[in-house]
This record gives sequence, structure tokens and C-alpha cells, in this order.
Amino acid sequence: MSKLYKSLFEFPREERFVSGHRLCAGCTIGPVMRLLTKIAGKDTIFVNATGCLEVSSTPYPYTSWRNPWIHVAFENAGAVASGVEAALKILKKKGVLEKDIKVIAIGGDGGTVDIGFQALSGMLERGHKVMYVLYDNEAYMNTGIQRSGATPYGAWTTTTPAGKVWRGEWRPKKDIDSIVAAHRVPYVATASPAYPIDLANKFKKGLDYTEEGPTFVHILIPCTTGWRFDSSLGIKLARLAVETGMWILYEIDHGEFRVTYPVKRRKPIKEYLKPQGRFRHLTEEEIEKIQKLVDKEVERINRIVGKEVIGPVA
Amino acid sequence: MASLGIVKEVKRPKPLSTNSAIAYATKDLDVDVVSAYPITPQTTVVEKIADFIANGELDAEMIHVESEHSALSAAIGAAATGARTFTATASQGLALMHEILHIASGMRTPIVMSVAMRALSAPISIWNDHSDVMNARDSSWIIYFVSSAQEAYDTIIQAFKLAEDSEILLPVMVSYDGYVMSHTIEPVITEERDDVLKFAPKRPFSYRLDPDKPVTMGPIADPNWFYEIKYQQVIAMEKALVKAREIDEEFKKTFGRGYGIYECFMCDDAEALIVAKTSYATTLKTILPRMWEKGYKVGLLRLRLYRPFPVEDFKNILDKVNAILVIDRAISYGAPLQGPLAMEFSSLISREDLNLNLTSVVAGIGQRRMIDSDFENLVKLAWESRTKKFDKTIFYGVRT
Repeated sequence: MSKLYKSLFEFPREERFVSGHRLCAGCTIGPVMRLLTKIAGKDTIFVNATGCLEVSSTPYPYTSWRNPWIHVAFENAGAVASGVEAALKILKKKGVLEKDIKVIAIGGDGGTVDIGFQALSGMLERGHKVMYVLYDNEAYMNTGIQRSGATPYGAWTTTTPAGKVWRGEWRPKKDIDSIVAAHRVPYVATASPAYPIDLANKFKKGLDYTEEGPTFVHILIPCTTGWRFDSSLGIKLARLAVETGMWILYEIDHGEFRVTYPVKRRKPIKEYLKPQGRFRHLTEEEIEKIQKLVDKEVERINRIVGKEVIGPVA
Repeated sequence: MASLGIVKEVKRPKPLSTNSAIAYATKDLDVDVVSAYPITPQTTVVEKIADFIANGELDAEMIHVESEHSALSAAIGAAATGARTFTATASQGLALMHEILHIASGMRTPIVMSVAMRALSAPISIWNDHSDVMNARDSSWIIYFVSSAQEAYDTIIQAFKLAEDSEILLPVMVSYDGYVMSHTIEPVITEERDDVLKFAPKRPFSYRLDPDKPVTMGPIADPNWFYEIKYQQVIAMEKALVKAREIDEEFKKTFGRGYGIYECFMCDDAEALIVAKTSYATTLKTILPRMWEKGYKVGLLRLRLYRPFPVEDFKNILDKVNAILVIDRAISYGAPLQGPLAMEFSSLISREDLNLNLTSVVAGIGQRRMIDSDFENLVKLAWESRTKKFDKTIFYGVRT
């Protein structure tokens, strides 16, 4: 394992995800990609599923990517990355390629937990040396805020509207990280753009461990248009998600579960929900129900760790 | 085949099915990546390749993908990285790939795929017809129909040379009849790997994913760009028609076997032609000589290169006859002519102002049995069609 980052000043200076892209103002995937490409460096091939990031960063004939980058379709980033990795492996073996080239696949929540789930599972199960980065904005934002398997309980989307009968999404968010971990891959982590050093080190570990097999980094990406909040609040909301226990930062390093950002006293979930238009319809009782769901998840995590790493609501 | 002096010695043929012959071709081409999913009747292609890799006879990465959709997706990733990439499928597998077929050609990835043609569900049928490939005909893949195991072996080699040509860069499908060919053993001459690689040298294409020369592949193109990019595929297809013929000629000079891009059998003095492909064409070759003896002067136009369509050649051939009978092994439901290939010949006839009768016959759907007497009936029908017009598609052999 190479040295981990301790401060922002240690991040590589070279820009590899460059300006001019068409992401929404205030979108949090831009800074995350900027960081990811810096840490990955020059000798990395990126495979991108269809989604916000893909369409916004490559409007022909322009591109924001200074690395080799490929997009094929929505549901197959895992498969395309498998093909790239297999090709690199055999071309190196046959002496056509000399250097080591890393492979990173990137998909949104729809492209990963729903339509791309099978291709992802295949890639993980076959042991391809790829780091898969899931940027999770909790709905199909690129097509206009439709519900996905990663949409949280209570959230309004255009296909789970809040009306007299429906009250937004009524099913809990799919636990993709446990499913990925069940493939017994060397590294699984959750991360947040509000904690860049934690995020950078997870990218670093994820990339280093690809020597052994596939790795997975799951980032919660606040979406100004889909979550309906002021475009200046993205990072703040990402932080509130962690501080309220809605999003717990952890890693599973060779089966070893570790919370990387313990929270002694949680803020009430209301503080996370309030600035977001997608939760505006919720009543006090419904907010209370979400609080209970969060409490239950915190309990589950504390039980795995074996001690209270995420504390009670202050 | 007359020796041209370049063929070094008389080679002993191996007893191979078409599926095995294709596996041998990938071995002799030193394919780098094989990405495939099992489906009847394609499976033994991949099994044989797996044997070659397992025994160290071929140094390749086999990606045991979890679906055909992923098979072709991974193939695109591998080809884009610069590997010589092969896949194989049939029927439902080809249908599941459909989305990615268009992307493989749109991204100009030189993948070669063999298709052991099989009917499409429902009802489910594992038997042979051509509905799978006909369903994929507009996906901008170069498509060959081959008629023997030897032709399959030779065409896979030609296909890689064609696909990887920097002027072409289109994926190629080599199709043949499931079971009837895929599982029938025939004598096949295979070539030395060095000779094959000399004929079809590996040259990773210049727009591959290379950190030293980074490119963005598969971007989004707005209405101001999309059309031109698609039109480049039109041009590449046109060039492929010329190139495919040249490659076949070069192949003949090198290995002593050639096929042209189509075959006209007993066409001289023929008054009518039957258009057929794959095993039906082979069967017709055994029927036609004895039908000529009985006075039925009917020739065979065997389709080999289907996309791009050899328009000029076919125009000249059709110009000399009074009638053609087109056998389709797929149905275009509700279309003006319900044989898709018949419609293409019909459009050729009207575009070129040719004066001949066209008869559309659908046969062998889901491998409905067709024996010699059935082909004799079709020869008679073709003969009759010189003076009689059959307006509607004839569904031969169906119980109504």
C-alpha cells in the first residue's frame, strides 16, 4: 500500500478532468472526478456508463478527459471494463504493451444498482482488476429525476410523486455495498465529496488493491436539480448526510469493516431533509419514520463494528 | 483447386464441424480476447477455443461473461484497447446483443463474430432458420453467409483482415446454419499460423485506448454532428464491398481457395435463378444438374457477402434471366413481400428497371424439413415463374 494522504496539499497538481464540461452549476460529481483523475494519474483508462457525467463531459467534439476514456452504453460499464482489463492483460503478456495501466469504471446509481447490476456482478465475480466508482445521486437524474433502486425512503421523484395516495418513494434504498461485499472483493468503501481526504484515500486504496481484484467505491453525490436545493449547498448537504447518520463513511478492507469517520453525536435527520425540495412534502410523522430508519441502520453498523462508532442523536 | 505454384504442398484436411473450423481459425489468427456466452448451437465454437487455451495452443484471454449483452460489450472494450477480439452467438443471444451491435459498428470496433443461425422465440426453437441475422441486418455490421466448414474457416480469416483495415473498421458477422452446418463434420484444410498471420497481420488500430495518446471514445453527438458520423459508416460499407473482393482474391492467391463475394452456379444459359444461401445453396448444387437434364434451365445465385450488398454484380446477373425465386428463411411479418431478402431483390429490380418476375418463397422456418424433392419443387416453381407471376409470398411447406 502506497502512502495515504494527510492533507489536501498533497494531492497531485496536474489537472486531468478539465473545465468546460456541462455539468449543472453546483453538481458535486465534478470535483469528485477532478480528484479521482488526479489520484489515478496518466496511465489509467476510464470506462463510463451512460449518465449525467458521461453526457456532460464529452459533448462531441469536446472532452473534459485527459485520459483515455470510453463509453459504450448504460448497463454495461462492468462488462466494458472487463474487456479493457482482459485486453491489457493479454497484450502485456504478449509483449505488445510494456507498462501497467489501471482501469476505472464509473457509473451512476441507475447504471450500477439497477440496469448495470448484472454486468457489475459479472465483473466482480470474475475478479477483473478494475476499480468501480458508483456516483450515487439517488435517482435517474439524467433523464429527469425518476426513481431508482437507490432512491431513499420518502423522496419525491417524478415517478414517485407526493400526492394524496403516494407520499414519495415508499421502499428503502438498496444496500448495494453489502451486495458487492458478498462477492468477497478486496475493497468496498462508501465516501463523500465533503470529506476529500477520506475520499482520496479510498480512491488510492481502491486503486492499489486492484492488483488483487475488483474494488468498489460508492460516493453519495448531492444533486442540486434532482434533490431540489440551492446550488451553493452541495458540499454542505454531503456533510449533513454524514453528520446525521444518513450516510455512514466506512470501508471493508479484505473483509475487515471499519467506519472511517465516526460521529459521536448525530444531528437530527430533519437538518438533512429540510434544505431539500424532494423531502418538502414530508409530515412530522413521516420525518420521524425516516429518523427511525436511520437509527436502525446506525444500530446495524455499530453492531458490525462491535462498539458505538456512530452515536445517538444529540 | 488448381495450384498457383504458391501452395507449398498438398495439405491433409481435418474432419471438422463448422463450429470447430471457426475455433481453428481463431487459433490460427492468434486472437487475443474471446468474450462469449453459451447458446445452442454456437456453444461448441467456444468450447473448442477453451480447449485450445487450456492446452496452451492459443494464448488468449477468455472472458466468461454473464450474458451476450456483456459478451459484446466486453468485446468492444477489448477491441478498443487494441486486442484482436472474437465472439460467437446465435438466436436469442444475437437478439440480446442487439443494442450493442449498433454501438460496436458506430464505434468502429473491428470485432469478428460467428453466428450459428437459429430461429427466434416464441415458441422457443433451438433449430435453424435465419431470423436472428435478418433481424440484425441494419446494424452496420458486414455480414457473410457461408456454405461449408471450409468456407467458414477461410472467411473468419478474411473477416479479420477486412474488419481491421483502417479504411473499413467495421465489425463482421460470419453466419451459417445452426446444426445443419454447425454440427456437421466436413473435411477442412487449416493453415499454418505464420501463414495466416502473414495474410492477416495484427495491427492494433490507431484510435485505441492509449494513455500516451488519450482519446475519448463514445461521446455524445448533437444533431450538428451525429449524421456525419453515421454517414462515415455508409462510406465504410461502400469501401468494404471493394475490399472484401480484393481480400478474397488475395486469399485465393495465398492459400489456393477463393469464393468471390457471391457465387453463380449454372448461371450460363439459365432462364431463371434461385437465390439461396448457406446449406440450401449447397443442396441446390446437387439438385440443379439433374434438373437441367430434365430441361429446367435454372441457375443458383448463392449469397455470400450480404452486407454490403453486391448491387452491381447482381444487377448484371439478373439482367440475363426472366425470373428469380428468392428463398427466405425469415419472415418480415406484414411487409409487402414477407421474405426480407425478396424485398431487397424487388427493390433492386425496380431501381434498375429490370424486366423479370420475382417470386418470394419462405421456407425452412424453425428448420421445417426440406428434402431433395422440395428443392426440386422450388426449381420447377422458378421455371414456371418465367411466364407466371406470383404476387404474394409463398409459404412453402407450412400446414394451413
